[in-house]
Amino acid sequence: MIEVDNLTKRYGDLCAVYDLSFSVEPGEILGFLGPNGAGKSTTMKMISGYLRPSKGSVSIYGKDMWTQTLEAQCLIGYLPEGAPAYEEMTVEAFLGFICEARGIENSRKEDALNRSIEMMSLEPVANQRIQTISKGFKRRVGLAQAILHDPKVLILDEPTDGLDPNQKHDVRDMIRNLSTDKIVIVSTHILEEVSAVCNRAIILNNGRIVSDSDPMSLLEKSKYHGAVTLETKPDKVSELAEMLSRQLFVSGSEKSGRNLTVFPVLGDRELLVKLNDFLREHDFPVSSLRSEEGRLDEVFRNLTKGEPK
Amino acid sequence: MKMNIILKRELSSYFATPVAYVFILIFLMLSGVFTFYIGNFYERMQADLIPFFSFHPWLYLFLIPAISMRIWSEERNSGTLELLLTLPISKEQIVLGKFMAAWIFSGLALLLTFPLWISVNYLGDPDNGVILASYIGSWLMAGGFLAIGSCMSALTRSQVVAFVLCGFVSLLFVMAGFPMVLDVFRGWVPLIILDMITSLSFLTHFNSITKGVLSLKDFLYFLSIIVAWLYATSIVIESKKS
Repeated sequence: MIEVDNLTKRYGDLCAVYDLSFSVEPGEILGFLGPNGAGKSTTMKMISGYLRPSKGSVSIYGKDMWTQTLEAQCLIGYLPEGAPAYEEMTVEAFLGFICEARGIENSRKEDALNRSIEMMSLEPVANQRIQTISKGFKRRVGLAQAILHDPKVLILDEPTDGLDPNQKHDVRDMIRNLSTDKIVIVSTHILEEVSAVCNRAIILNNGRIVSDSDPMSLLEKSKYHGAVTLETKPDKVSELAEMLSRQLFVSGSEKSGRNLTVFPVLGDRELLVKLNDFLREHDFPVSSLRSEEGRLDEVFRNLTKGEPK
Repeated sequence: MKMNIILKRELSSYFATPVAYVFILIFLMLSGVFTFYIGNFYERMQADLIPFFSFHPWLYLFLIPAISMRIWSEERNSGTLELLLTLPISKEQIVLGKFMAAWIFSGLALLLTFPLWISVNYLGDPDNGVILASYIGSWLMAGGFLAIGSCMSALTRSQVVAFVLCGFVSLLFVMAGFPMVLDVFRGWVPLIILDMITSLSFLTHFNSITKGVLSLKDFLYFLSIIVAWLYATSIVIESKKS
């Protein structure tokens, strides 16, 4: 497991990360969310042992990152931001170098190489120089070097940044399919990635943790959680809003184009049924009716910026 | 030894790009020009390689920064520094591995001047002991320049800045024994410090080696210059992470 204690990083007067404490258990896929400059990358750089914290400690399966650095780093696979690699090397030579640097014995080197290349579907470019391959392949080379030694802990800084939708899908599949005894920490600013991949999400803002929960309970924080959005003719929206505002089971509504979002009174989970009955009763034409799970972007804005306008 | 893994990768990266070939070509061309045209190799009518070696400090002054400028700047610029420093290899081994690769590379360029050695033996009867000592001395001096360059390269992500800084600091070390440098200090610093500045000069030590005396003192001088600047390199790297 990973234990992070009172982790703090200062650059002069600026406090990039302030007093973070959390622990991650095997099997957890932890998403780090936050606006740019919230301290995601700085935190990951400290966990991977690149940056030395101003205060606090990181321990990886009991190995302290600053007193047992090499032992701790052996347990980690790390994809730095932007997936840097030695551009003048071929994909295979680069991965071979990482194998040696990771201390993988020659007898197991071939297997490790093949496994990584296969998992990341790098066969077509294995003998090409990294500077000549596409951005998507480059990102996958970065991921391949991180999983070469089959590490217990994977730290991936924006692993899907700059990939096309198909590649994003593949990378997410790869992360989900890692065996369940691994720890994965992923940073991202793509919200849907969290609900697609992670089973735990930490939201950072100004270097502090503002939320730590599973993605579902994040959604529950949304004011849209439990609300119902219906679609009707544009000229009917205001009329319907007016009618509904007099109903006891409605606490409010929000118009946007031909859509009307209706909010339940606190704790009411039956809004959809009640609304459906109401519409049928008044014979009101509605083309669609759906229940909202909640909107992550709204929760995100709330947590990182205060109340949205 | 983990250092060898770094060394191997670095060395092969020199030859993966045209840098190595261009460097070796220019080094050989310039050392030829210096020896024959400016050093008057033939006109002197003496079977030695003094005209060849005496230009080495000046040749190195702008050629060595060209090798050393990329050592760390490139890694920092492309982000691979973060990858490298999170591999389970100690910083000291990485610093040493990168330096050794550059040093071996410069040694290779130096070795390729061997036709000159053969020529001078064909033309006359030189003191081969002196020539061997000079080669070793030249290589040691190249190590000194490279260690300075390694540290300068760690200071910045711009290779151009690294080149200029390395050239400048190297110049100070070459010129330390020159009157124009000493005059700045003469009169207001104690004599002992003046002597210390003089003894820091690459030229003083290199010249004494090219006379044929590879004394322990000169050997240790270059070795400690290398160690000191590599130590500085690792401090700079640690402090410049961000």
